[in-house]
Amino acid sequence: MDVQVLTYIFVSVTFAFYIGIAIWSRAGTTDDFYVAGGGVSPLANGMATAADWMSAASFISMAGIISFVGRDGSVYLMGWTGGYVLLALLLAPYLRKFGKYTVPDFVGDRYYSNVARVVAVVCVLFVSFTYVAGQMRGVGIVFSRFLEVEITTGVLIGMTIVFFYAVLGGMKGITYTQVAQYCVLIFAFLVPAIYISMLMTGKFVPQIGFGSTLADGSNIYLLDKLDQLSTDLGFSAYTEGNKSTIDIFFITAALMVGTAGLPHVIVRFFTVPKVRDARISAGYALFFIALLYTAAPAVASFARVNLINTVENAEYTKTPSWFKNWENTNLIAWVDKNQDGKIQYFPGKPFHGKPEFLDMRGSEGQRKIKNEPTGNTNELYIDRDIMVLANPEIAGLPNWVIALVAAGALAAALSTAAGLLLVISTSVSHDLLKKIFLKNISDRQELFFARLSAALAIVIAGYFGVYPPGFVAQVVAFAFGLAAASFFPVILMGIFSKRMNREGAISGMITGLFFTASYIVYFKFINPSSSTPENWWFGISPEGIGTLGMLFNFIVSSVVSSITAPPPKEIQSLVDDIRVPRGAGASYQHVKS
Amino acid sequence: MIDSHDFKAKIYWKKNIQIVLSLLTIWFFVSFGMGILLVDVLDGFRFFGFKFGFWMAQQGSIFCFVILIFVYVYKMNKLDHQYDVDEDKDNFIPEDIYCPDKESKE
Repeated sequence: MDVQVLTYIFVSVTFAFYIGIAIWSRAGTTDDFYVAGGGVSPLANGMATAADWMSAASFISMAGIISFVGRDGSVYLMGWTGGYVLLALLLAPYLRKFGKYTVPDFVGDRYYSNVARVVAVVCVLFVSFTYVAGQMRGVGIVFSRFLEVEITTGVLIGMTIVFFYAVLGGMKGITYTQVAQYCVLIFAFLVPAIYISMLMTGKFVPQIGFGSTLADGSNIYLLDKLDQLSTDLGFSAYTEGNKSTIDIFFITAALMVGTAGLPHVIVRFFTVPKVRDARISAGYALFFIALLYTAAPAVASFARVNLINTVENAEYTKTPSWFKNWENTNLIAWVDKNQDGKIQYFPGKPFHGKPEFLDMRGSEGQRKIKNEPTGNTNELYIDRDIMVLANPEIAGLPNWVIALVAAGALAAALSTAAGLLLVISTSVSHDLLKKIFLKNISDRQELFFARLSAALAIVIAGYFGVYPPGFVAQVVAFAFGLAAASFFPVILMGIFSKRMNREGAISGMITGLFFTASYIVYFKFINPSSSTPENWWFGISPEGIGTLGMLFNFIVSSVVSSITAPPPKEIQSLVDDIRVPRGAGASYQHVKS
Repeated sequence: MIDSHDFKAKIYWKKNIQIVLSLLTIWFFVSFGMGILLVDVLDGFRFFGFKFGFWMAQQGSIFCFVILIFVYVYKMNKLDHQYDVDEDKDNFIPEDIYCPDKESKE
């Protein structure tokens, strides 16, 4: 069967499965809608958290980026996993004991202030919308490449599916579909990884194949071969870094702390029955995430070797079909600078800017582009996002594996989108309406508003998916930077310092936000041409500046709280209470009654 | 329910902080230490087909993170039990809770 038919089958079957789960797990109360009734088992929560966390970026883009940057890709690998240690040790158990629905709930109650609550809501909305736009775009790309439908149609189909289970089922529906989506996505990521590892190194486990010798009889280690291939073409060695140590340090820290402060991840720990369950489910979550994250660098190196071997100095007319397929989706471009009909692949950009394709073909049948070529000898443009999607084709794997990858990428994008949409709808219906503007609404009315805001959020997210703002890639730095500079210090101090008060928390959050946002806006939007290591403060790039914002937040909040009145007695005993696990069930009942 | 001003609660909290700090020290060392600050030094050593620093940065640290969380869970459950603040006596079954109308909330 051909790839497209198989992809249709896989995608339809998984989608039908998700809808079935949604109907089975409809939400009846706000508890169901916000925290799945608080009765999710830790293992299921671990899987759901893993699917929630691993987005289109983790599934599609990460291995691709690592493939092109080599060792420096470790910032994503360590940054997006190390945060779970912080989450498990410093936040999750205590937030579970606190036992409410949202992050702004904690900030508003712990700091006895609606101002703090509103600041938190604004951050939640900003971070979540930034993120969700990327997911919808991922859905669109997969549909357009594998099912050959318009991106718009793809986004609409994705929106309908998410609408079904997020609006009907709320957190309850999302949790169980995420468990299913985790299984689909990890299977879809590992099967091709295992296949390629077997082909290239003869090792079944890709994590081991990564450090083994090639199976071609040359007895050379894969990574040594890759270093040699890279340096021969003038790239820097794959296992060596290019970024400065201080920048790597700060970016990793910002991603770690940002991960621990992301609201759609934190809220998952409100869904388990006990404090003990919150701790262990963070462990399960990281284990499930690590299955993909330790395979990703292996996939990245396999893909890099295969790519160089396939394209370098190959005649265009003899390139495999995947090359032309991806060229047709605008993600590969080739300019034959020396007119020899062969592809030369060297460091540097082949032409200025993103490729703009003309409606005509060159002498070899390649698509012509409008862009001005650069002076170097590199002729090839490859979008990093295609590495994971094209990898099975590059390695010549069977069609069903290629189709599986499409279903996996959709699972990754949809599960994260649903988690984010839920956080958005909860912040509007619960934190803004119920807690501030419409205090007297009933549970049923609140549930109605929750569904309404989820539906609205899906429409907005879909719009961003169809008409992506050009700045999506740039604002990802924002999401993590802001989560790191705003939420993390405030929640941490709220648990570990009884002295931290309203004034300290608000001034700290505002300082962290303002500093981080201005630095990123300046270097990403106002003056992007000056964004070079010489101009950055201490050599810290905008991606890593959230770490410095977080430090400023800690300093300002500590100083301000020490010169203002301590928090009231009942807040101090609230802090005492969240520090001991016993009574997590009771605190839950307290919320309810 | 434990009295918040209980002496025992203070000791429990202190021990909790000790566990967290010791595990975070390891967390910092394997990631920021071995994976970033010392990566070039460790690259001088081989670990199977890897340079050791490269391996720590791309794989080894992640394995350590997973282990750290499970060690934390084990140690905290033991500590909770020792100080009698665990949840074994909480008879909480979420499905059984009668949820009254939210209008009377708070």
